[in-house]
Amino acid sequence: MAICAMAAAGRLRAVKVNKMAAKAVKQEYPKRHDGRGWEDLRKMEAKVGVIPRADGSAMFRIGHTVAYAAVYGPRDLHPKFMQNPETGILRCRYNMMPFSGHGERVRPGTSRRSQEISMLMSKALLPVLDLKEYPKSVVDVFVELPETDAGTRCAGITAAAMALADAGLMMKDMVTSLSMGHYNGKIMADIDGYEDCDVGISDIPIAYIPTLDKFSLLQLDGEVPKEDLLKLLTLAKKKAMDIYKVQQQALKDKFAEPKVK
Amino acid sequence: MSADTIHVKERDIVVPGEVIAEGMGFLPSKGLYREGAKIHAGRLGMIALEGKVIKLIPLTGAYIPKLNDKLIGKIIDVLMTGWRIETRSPYSAVLGLKDATMEFIPRSADLTQYYALGEFVLCKVITVTSQKLIDVTMKGPGLKKLKDGRLVEVNPHKVPRIIGKEGSMVLMIKNATGCTISVGQNGWIWVEGPSPEQEIQAVNAIKKVEEEAHLPGLTERIKAFLEEITGKPVEIPTVSAAPEGAEIAHEAPAEEQHEHRERRPPYGHMRHGGRRAPPRSQGE
Repeated sequence: MAICAMAAAGRLRAVKVNKMAAKAVKQEYPKRHDGRGWEDLRKMEAKVGVIPRADGSAMFRIGHTVAYAAVYGPRDLHPKFMQNPETGILRCRYNMMPFSGHGERVRPGTSRRSQEISMLMSKALLPVLDLKEYPKSVVDVFVELPETDAGTRCAGITAAAMALADAGLMMKDMVTSLSMGHYNGKIMADIDGYEDCDVGISDIPIAYIPTLDKFSLLQLDGEVPKEDLLKLLTLAKKKAMDIYKVQQQALKDKFAEPKVK
Repeated sequence: MSADTIHVKERDIVVPGEVIAEGMGFLPSKGLYREGAKIHAGRLGMIALEGKVIKLIPLTGAYIPKLNDKLIGKIIDVLMTGWRIETRSPYSAVLGLKDATMEFIPRSADLTQYYALGEFVLCKVITVTSQKLIDVTMKGPGLKKLKDGRLVEVNPHKVPRIIGKEGSMVLMIKNATGCTISVGQNGWIWVEGPSPEQEIQAVNAIKKVEEEAHLPGLTERIKAFLEEITGKPVEIPTVSAAPEGAEIAHEAPAEEQHEHRERRPPYGHMRHGGRRAPPRSQGE
């Protein structure tokens, strides 16, 4: 999210903070600008089955970041040389919509950034998936972001995990993801666009698999001392469980709801 | 031995990773897995408890062909020695010449005369390899080319409910609407009736079963629905009376009760010197 084109609404600034250079002149950030506690998450909302033609789909909203995920497959894979006779493969596509950010229009189409995040997402999701039962096939995951305020890859992974479960794939567990922050010795959860771009808080996106107690994504943009990172990861696990509960509830709501007219 | 605890009830919806039970006293079946002493869900589904065995009934997901499944397929290609059939799964199936028809197919015959592109067939899976190469056959009771009717698409996991216990649900819809209905395990259903109106009635009834498949009292509700749309009294076919909820049993019986006639394949006689194979053409 170093190249993030977003800042909190109404606080748009042209200057992006170079996080490494900002170290020397760190501004004061005594409390969070939106009134949250350091460990609080933004308001979350999740819904499963939002895209009727997809095999599985989900929406995940955290603050002003919204991710839609659609899963198609397992289905026939072409071109044929991509087929793996041992297992099915997972393809992800991450896409920010043209007017999703707060800065300039996001130009449509793939970019270096979106390609990288697409790859990260499939690597974060693969450890829980068992595609051995579907050799030579493909599972496609499309993540679209109509509104962004930092933490897009995390919202994308969270939504994609729900969509994959909705598609009825064999999964060991859900994957749950959020971005942590570190600034002036302070650890914080779920940083937003203003904190990421304007304050220059170190951004640490993680993806966590609760049952396996493992991280499947860990990135760092900025600096963080080792002890603080370990503390931060412990907090991240705790916070991830909050998101996990939202995911579980959304999936249960879709199927438990009686539809008798 | 530690006390066994179970965290779910019958018909609960579980999501991947959820802890279903603790202790070695329970047995996980397909779709569940054991991690240490705990049993977790391995996919999204509904719980069915059968004594010590915990079962997971999937609610969504792609259809994957299994051996002996009867399914409705679409001819998508004509091969050198057979037809390629779309099965509504990640894998297409092959219908070989040998399994295609009772008729004798001469060499150099135009195979589209037997099954043309775009036609639908009710066929049976006879081979599934580890690499998911699938062979189907048209030889067997009830297997046929499907003509004059319409195709209904349903969730393949709801098919057992549409068929009902020992075929009772589909039989009820057939009797009430006067249509013939062939149900494929892949969730494609062929409805053919004397009039479009009757076909639509059957389609609506099937859609209703699909929508309400997971709710109790299904048969009664469908009976009331059929009576409402046809304006005639409908009888629930009497198969062995079973308590409500027993419908979850996912045994898929023969979906169509066809009159079984002994029919000897004609080439059976030919093999024993009755008739010779036609002479090979000159060019070979």
